[in-house]
Amino acid sequence: MSEIGYSKKVLDHFMNPRNVGALENPDGYGKVGNPVCGDLMEMFIKVKEEKIDEITFRTFGCTAAIATSSMTTEMAKGKTLDEAVKITRKDVADTLGGLPPQKMHCSNLAADALHLAIEDYRQRAEK
Amino acid sequence: MPLYKGIYDITIVKMNSMKRIYMDHAATTPLAPEVLEAMIPYFTDYYGNASSLHSFGREAKEALEDARIKIARLINAEPSEIFFTSGGTESDNLALKGIARRNRKKGNHIITSSIEHPAILEVCKVLAKQGFEVTYLPVTKEGLVELTTLESAIRKDTILISIMHANNEIGTIQPLNEIGGIAKERNINFHSDAVQTVGKIPVDVKSIGVDALSISGHKLYGPKGIGVLFVRKGVKIESIQQGGGHENGLRSGTENIPGIVGLGRAAELARNTMLDESKRLTALRDHLKDFVLNRIEESWLNGHPTKRLPNNLNFGFKYIEGESLLLYLDALGIAASTGSACSSKKLSASHVLTAIGLQPEYSHGSLRITLGQSNTLDDVDLAGQAIEQSVIRLRKMSALGPR
Repeated sequence: MSEIGYSKKVLDHFMNPRNVGALENPDGYGKVGNPVCGDLMEMFIKVKEEKIDEITFRTFGCTAAIATSSMTTEMAKGKTLDEAVKITRKDVADTLGGLPPQKMHCSNLAADALHLAIEDYRQRAEK
Repeated sequence: MPLYKGIYDITIVKMNSMKRIYMDHAATTPLAPEVLEAMIPYFTDYYGNASSLHSFGREAKEALEDARIKIARLINAEPSEIFFTSGGTESDNLALKGIARRNRKKGNHIITSSIEHPAILEVCKVLAKQGFEVTYLPVTKEGLVELTTLESAIRKDTILISIMHANNEIGTIQPLNEIGGIAKERNINFHSDAVQTVGKIPVDVKSIGVDALSISGHKLYGPKGIGVLFVRKGVKIESIQQGGGHENGLRSGTENIPGIVGLGRAAELARNTMLDESKRLTALRDHLKDFVLNRIEESWLNGHPTKRLPNNLNFGFKYIEGESLLLYLDALGIAASTGSACSSKKLSASHVLTAIGLQPEYSHGSLRITLGQSNTLDDVDLAGQAIEQSVIRLRKMSALGPR
């Protein structure tokens, strides 16, 4: 098992993922990935006064995919939308204490799902 | 309130506080205590070089030849047909390169299957670069090589057929006797990678009619770093490693006497226990198979329902990914394996699962359980429960699962 270069923090978020599930009537929703590649993530957000009030995820994927999803929700919760949209894939990986190199691209998509959810919220708000 | 209530119903217990259950015997097996006991004197007391003429050397040589007899007995070979190597990978390299190169004047076509171990497939790639032509036979959805497909692939210039005895991932056992018959009839060398079968199910090189056969020590409760290539008397093969001319000139290098003694003892133990043990494991295997397939929806068994290794199960589960499942099971104390792309170094789906026609989104959720001597009915029950819990938990958080 050469890939078990996971940090304690990655394994903690994998074993005890935070903010799992779907939100009913979310204000914003984002989905990235492809089941053929082995990673598919969804982010659900509720927004209050331009801040992320509630955020949850659902992920199909490996350890890294689940851990980065969980970490992203924790990092984004309570932040303003302007702050949250600045969270990058690298920020997520760094906060988790790093990811194995081969997992940096395919499984580290959670920040993208968050950005899509924020974009979705903003588009809905414009209407 | 998010809808994830219920996901935490399952307590993931800390690993160090509980019993660990090893169910990855296709990867490696623990050394049998009897094997270790047999090996120890050859590290400390009988450390001679088997090539030396003095008494120290003679002791080593005696142990070497004794082990050769024990291994020959297990597969119904002659002791002079047993050549020690560093393991299954070297045996496969030696068989393919050694036979192909030595018989090149006769032809340059090699036939193998698409589900071989990398120790065969990667060697074939190298041989292809050196001008050999390689045909990779497809397999059925159960993982079987079809005899008609094999026969139609044979050409006038075919010099070697290499088909594994049982597959390491899905456990499917090939019709080796029939393949051997076809090869013999056409006068083509036949090699089989029997790393997963020797010591688990009967292997008789004479009745198969195989010309070369690879064995690995650590798959049958022997040590790592030791293996065997059986080469039938009269088969033309050249060495791939030159030096002092050990092993009748086929494999130079001072013999690993402790390893060889260990493998000899392991072969002897396997010969005595194989039939009872394979019956026991088959019962445990089928018990676990029934539990998992009955309890978990949208699950299935990869490989052949009956023509499979007594200790092998390979499950498929929709909506979840294998590496996650593996690590959840690990946290519950169950050690298993997966063919998921995400768990491989190359991030590509298992070539075996692809060859049996599994779509990528389904091959991600594969789980291989390989049972062994230490596993009991209790272990299998615990594993079944752990698999069920882990699959449910992962499906609840999966973006592919029902909301």
